[in-house]
Amino acid sequence: MTNASRVLIVGGASDIGRATAKVYADRGWNVMLAGRNVAECERNADDIAVRAGRRPDVTGLDILQTDRFAAFVDGLPDLPDTVVCVVGLLGDQARDQSDPARAALTMRSNFEGPALLLDAFASRMASRGRGVIVGISSVAGDRGRSSNYIYGSSKAGFSAFLSGLRHRLVRQGVCVITVKPGFVRTKMTAHMTLPRRLTAEPEEVAKAIFLADQAKRPRSLYVRSVWRPIMTIIRILPESLFLRTRL
Amino acid sequence: MTADLAGWGRYPRHNSNLLAPHSVAALCAMQASLDNYVARGAGRAYGDAGIGLGSTIAMRALNRMRDFDPVNGLVTVEAGVSLEEVIDALLPRGWFVPAVPGTRFVTVGGMVAADVHGKNHHRTGGFGAHVASLKLLAPRGELLTCSRDENCALFDATIGGMGLTGAIVEVTLRLIRVETGWVRQRTVATRDLESTLAALAKAEAEATYSVAWIDISPGRRPVGRGVVLLGEHALAAELPEGQPVVPPRRARRLSIPVELPEGLLNRWSVGAFNTLYHCKAALRGEADLVRWDSYFFPLDAIGNWNRMYGQSGFLQHQCVVPWPAGPEVVAEILDRVAAAGCAPFLAVLKSLGAGAGDLSFPMPGLTLTIDLRVTPQVLCLLDELDRIVVAAGGRLYLAKDARQSPNTFRAGYPGLADFEALRREIGATGRLTSRLSERLAIQ
Repeated sequence: MTNASRVLIVGGASDIGRATAKVYADRGWNVMLAGRNVAECERNADDIAVRAGRRPDVTGLDILQTDRFAAFVDGLPDLPDTVVCVVGLLGDQARDQSDPARAALTMRSNFEGPALLLDAFASRMASRGRGVIVGISSVAGDRGRSSNYIYGSSKAGFSAFLSGLRHRLVRQGVCVITVKPGFVRTKMTAHMTLPRRLTAEPEEVAKAIFLADQAKRPRSLYVRSVWRPIMTIIRILPESLFLRTRL
Repeated sequence: MTADLAGWGRYPRHNSNLLAPHSVAALCAMQASLDNYVARGAGRAYGDAGIGLGSTIAMRALNRMRDFDPVNGLVTVEAGVSLEEVIDALLPRGWFVPAVPGTRFVTVGGMVAADVHGKNHHRTGGFGAHVASLKLLAPRGELLTCSRDENCALFDATIGGMGLTGAIVEVTLRLIRVETGWVRQRTVATRDLESTLAALAKAEAEATYSVAWIDISPGRRPVGRGVVLLGEHALAAELPEGQPVVPPRRARRLSIPVELPEGLLNRWSVGAFNTLYHCKAALRGEADLVRWDSYFFPLDAIGNWNRMYGQSGFLQHQCVVPWPAGPEVVAEILDRVAAAGCAPFLAVLKSLGAGAGDLSFPMPGLTLTIDLRVTPQVLCLLDELDRIVVAAGGRLYLAKDARQSPNTFRAGYPGLADFEALRREIGATGRLTSRLSERLAIQ
């Protein structure tokens, strides 16, 4: 199937990356997984090969090595139809706020790297006149809160970047979609106790990504609609009240 | 993280330090610093086999399928992959797992560790017989490939070894070809134990899959009326026109949301259920086409069915008694259970062949399974049943066990001496310890 659509999933070792790859592979897409941990990407590729009957390609990519992005994109066998970036680093608020190097790592992993990588795809897709870019941001970026504002602010930056990119590309045939999953049961949150109704499985996030891609409507969405009222309230709360909360 | 762990029977409960590695590398790093640990799969062993004395390694995140060879029907999966996942992936391509237990929610690693058996054990052996090779993280930290040609003593000990030789990391399994995802089922209703046993013997000679369900509602005479279920994988030519070769996935409709009140399963409710079931089977008789999941895993249709027994949990007593004493001993056990007035929900009878590993449960004989709610009287009754089983040269299934004594266990498992010698050799003694191995004094 040489004319199947192609998707590149950046963060291919992650649980959301794995689930997303499975959904696209099941629908007959050619999938490429990119990630820093190539062995883990290969492990996921094996899994999808057995389950879906088609094996994703794997390529190494470090989201912090921003100077290599242009060469990476130009080195791909084809410019993909869709790029999904699920890269993220939760960090540790308490540690990060007293360790600037750690804080910088969290910020660069969630904002600088993903934004610059997607930017490299944006111009190439724009000149082709077609393409879908999906960025996984976070509800944590909707308002900075004491419990996770280093992660949250980097996701806020990424959300704003995606919003701007969407605005820029909307008339050039490229659709930019922001997906905010809320809590997801993954390796990243394995140490946390999560509220059940607010917590999505990686497969649920993957389906939301695929459906949004198919719909080709440039927008920002929450995977579980319950997050919309919650985050609306958190966003519009007057600062004087907000400062009295412990969020 | 300390967790309160129990098996599927929800009895007993123990605290254990629960760890959940996401890769083999993480597992290896973790294992080096642990003592008194055991790996845990889906937590479907009924008793305390999947609870580490100190630490428990949750294997579910090692859930990648690694390779499939469609020429030879060999699939390689990480140990945390579930049976359901294997069937979902490969049944549409015409493959099935040659030995399956009563639930599809077990892990492949767990199936190896318990050497699980299915309704075809008398013909094709247990799960272990179909394992081509496995990767084991041995107690000293080496990742060893084990098969019938390589590290074969360790392979034999690991099959049915209840995780006490190391953490099973990866399994290569031989599958069988099937044409459809349907089973041709025949049911034979019987009126007493003698006719049930005769129908079962006949079924075992004829059919690939066979099992007998027995009504042991208190007060029912004669004891042992039942239903014998026979099954064959349906051929494509046997399906009515337009029927899909593999039945479409079905969402689970029913789940038990909370623990039900203790008294709900009583002699009257269980008796009524059993009578209904028997009448339905007696009416049906003729061959039926049944979905693979309904045929092999009927209880999976009810989510969390273990909550039916209430807060105190339940025990499943599964023994095997060698020929020729089997039928007589089964009759005696059924009499004792009936006399005690307990209300068992489920009594299942079938015959087994030989097991594959040192501590495998199956041996040529008859196996009887009874579920009972945990009460002091039931614990006494089961001790009594154990004495009958031991006297007849039989034994209990470790994957179901939560309470047998070390003496009952030792009497039933002559392979134990070799197993313990191997444990000493590989450094497992005192290092790999589950609540089960501690209770049964396995060295």
